[in-house]
Amino acid sequence: MKATAIALILVAAGCGKPRQGAGGGGGGGANERVMIQNKGSDTMVNLAQAWAEGYRAVKPNVGVAISGGGSGTGIAALINGTVDIANASRDLEPREADLAKKNTGKDPVRHVVALDAIAVIVHPSNPLAEIALAQVACIYGADGTCAKWSDLNVEVPACSGQEIVRASRQNNSGTYHYFREVVLGKKDFRLGSRDMNGSKEVTDLVAHTPCAIGYTGLGYLTPGVKALCIAAEPGKPCSQPTKQSAISGEYAIARDLYMYTLGPPQGTVRGYLDWILSEAGQAAVEQAGYIPVPRERRGK
Amino acid sequence: MSSRRVARAGLRLRTERLLEVAIEVVIRLCGVSAILFVVAIFLFIFREGKDFVLDSLKPGEFFLSPEWYPDSVEHKRYGTLALVAGTASVTILAMLIAVPFGLGAAIYVAEFSSGRTREVLKVVIELLAAIPSVVWGFIGMLILNPLIIQLFDAPVGLNVLNGALILALMSVPVIVSIGEDALKAVPDSYREAAEALGATRWQVVYRVLLPAARSGLLAAVLLGVGRAIGETMAVLMSTGHAVKIPTSPLDSVRTLTATIAAELGEAPRGSEHYRALFTIGMLLFVITFVVNLTADLVIKGVRRR
Amino acid sequence: MNPFSQSSRSRSLRRTQGVARAVFFCVTLLLVIPIVAIIGMLLLRGAPALSAEFLFSEPLRGMTAGGIFPALVGTLWLVGVSLAVAAPIGVLAAVYLNEYAREGWFTRIIHLAIVNLAGVPSIVHALFGVGAFVLFLGMGTSILAASLTLAVMTLPVIIASTKEALSAVPTAFREACWSLGATRWQTVRRVVLPNAISGILTGVILQVARAAGETAPILFTGAAFFLPFLPQSVHDQCMALSMHLFVITTQVPNVSQAMTYGTALVLLGVVLMVNATSIAFRYYLRRRKRW
Repeated sequence: MKATAIALILVAAGCGKPRQGAGGGGGGGANERVMIQNKGSDTMVNLAQAWAEGYRAVKPNVGVAISGGGSGTGIAALINGTVDIANASRDLEPREADLAKKNTGKDPVRHVVALDAIAVIVHPSNPLAEIALAQVACIYGADGTCAKWSDLNVEVPACSGQEIVRASRQNNSGTYHYFREVVLGKKDFRLGSRDMNGSKEVTDLVAHTPCAIGYTGLGYLTPGVKALCIAAEPGKPCSQPTKQSAISGEYAIARDLYMYTLGPPQGTVRGYLDWILSEAGQAAVEQAGYIPVPRERRGK
Repeated sequence: MSSRRVARAGLRLRTERLLEVAIEVVIRLCGVSAILFVVAIFLFIFREGKDFVLDSLKPGEFFLSPEWYPDSVEHKRYGTLALVAGTASVTILAMLIAVPFGLGAAIYVAEFSSGRTREVLKVVIELLAAIPSVVWGFIGMLILNPLIIQLFDAPVGLNVLNGALILALMSVPVIVSIGEDALKAVPDSYREAAEALGATRWQVVYRVLLPAARSGLLAAVLLGVGRAIGETMAVLMSTGHAVKIPTSPLDSVRTLTATIAAELGEAPRGSEHYRALFTIGMLLFVITFVVNLTADLVIKGVRRR
Repeated sequence: MNPFSQSSRSRSLRRTQGVARAVFFCVTLLLVIPIVAIIGMLLLRGAPALSAEFLFSEPLRGMTAGGIFPALVGTLWLVGVSLAVAAPIGVLAAVYLNEYAREGWFTRIIHLAIVNLAGVPSIVHALFGVGAFVLFLGMGTSILAASLTLAVMTLPVIIASTKEALSAVPTAFREACWSLGATRWQTVRRVVLPNAISGILTGVILQVARAAGETAPILFTGAAFFLPFLPQSVHDQCMALSMHLFVITTQVPNVSQAMTYGTALVLLGVVLMVNATSIAFRYYLRRRKRW
């Protein structure tokens, strides 16, 4: 009877409903439940969840399933054709776009859904208030030589030994990739940084470690850390990471946050994206601590 | 009996026998399932990782270089030395803590305690074994982390020490339960002979039981090591995840297991990085295979006596 | 000379014995104390969050409010499906090893395989799950793929504990059946299994707890960060309590300390309760044993 039981279970499992999503979730009757598969950037995962929650109120029969894992995960899933929308906090690389075209026959389409600024943060007791990009590169880069706070002419009171403790992200993170591109000029990070699982962990680490420095998305800033004023070049005026400076381009490490779809979005997915770029969706962006897309850029 | 009844009885017997044969086939299939799965695990991991091993693997770099840059734009490097050092350092420190405590507890439970105390202790140790890995990681991140910062004046509390303490607490139940079995397996005649010669309890343990149970205790330690090497979530959350060969227990490190867990999501299927991670998986499989095999051979040696 | 007076040698021996005993007791205590302290801290910081609402409502406002119900449901799905697969296979495998197979090189290899399967790191199980179930068999990330990965993980211990339960059934029972002309399967089905069922259940229950607590095997095979609906079939993804704890500890900002500790407490509570059930069951059986 146990053998029959196994056989029955496997048959029942095999005969279940085929997977929904990964096909645009198109159409469907008004009351039919539709799932949109949404995967990718950890930077955006909380924002994505806020959108999913907000959209439930608008269209209760559409559910958005959210997974994190990093921009790379989302893009990988897009290439394999297993998600409807991939969240990415970095641009698709040419070879990724090629792979997607090769595997699925469709070109990925990019939608700007929010703006973000990457803040460089230190412990509140750190007397440093502004820093140049080159100095940040000196701290984080493989060919950088700044290992102690004294190298920056700073003395952090509660930090014994003045050793700079670098908090970073793991390489599945779009934040990591974008930081590397803008701050390190695509050169390698220096090994030995504490590579945290998420921006929240970075903020937590820096908030509790006087010796630490880290980088994190705007949405993860807490009063427990201090965001440094970034000067594009030493001697030039610096700017704080704020909504205005990110939109105007004055802040050097500001970036767009993207959602990628395979081909132009259709049906339910299109409805969802339209809502995200509407006033309601962008209000959720601001509430989550990110920067809404300026009106003139929406829908481009 | 009418001929029809005989025929029906014969049919029933034949169906029963057929069913019996079918069931036996299923049972035999299930019996070999363990072998099938072990082979399957290795095959599937090998299948995903073999292209890296065959095409891009540079053994010198892979095993001896501490530079792990799988996604570098300019210069990809796949050196796992720092990762291996991470796994090794956390495991060794964990065993340095777990073995004395585990063996001590095993001796106490097996030889010095009795009745109620023994039952309570055994239950506590079993519950210790039941705590999930992610809860241990949580404990390391939120409870041990600030404690280590305070006690040792370390800049960060996520380091080798943190991971080792957690792993030690996770491995102790294994060491205690198998160590206790090993001590109980020593024949009573050994104990009785020693006591007849006037030895105290402690002398019996120290001079007779420990040497006699030596291989079983070794097996217990080996299985604890296997558990520590294979642990993923707890070390992912508590060791600080830094690619670095540690020079002190207060340094942050990254283990092989945590590297796979952290980076697997990123690499698109079929990329070199993806295959490199599966290759690390193969390495882990082989290491734990060897450790468990050794432990099992040692235990078999004990039981034969 | 008083034959009962203690010589100085025996006195010092007894002292060493006392010291040794005290040392070992302290060692054991040093193990127990951290556990009690940790559980105490979890209770202290997490209890404020525990309420019916916490357990039965879904996460709201970016998972900083509301509850963990979908995660509980998801864990139930995963445990249920994985045990539905692992228990029959494991029990039948143990039946084969204990009732059908002859001791020899073949059973030796099976035993080795079981020991090694039990020692495979959880992340390697995840790699296998991705390679075999998600990709090769095309299940995609789903409860099915995640549960099958968990099933492979819990299988070896189920086999080992079932085998122990089966071998505890006295041979006399089997011999009585054979002498009556029963086939091997009839003996197993009608006499051996019913008498071993309690030991089997104890082992299976323990693996329920283990499957509920594991995170790595389900990370890439079926667990999701957030799902708006409860799963309706094995082809859906699910949230899971273990993954949820990992996510709110490392990725979700602004979750209150009470909620974070509360989630850990619920997970720990579920696992420990299941284990305690198994232990209590074992005691009950020991007293009820009929031989």
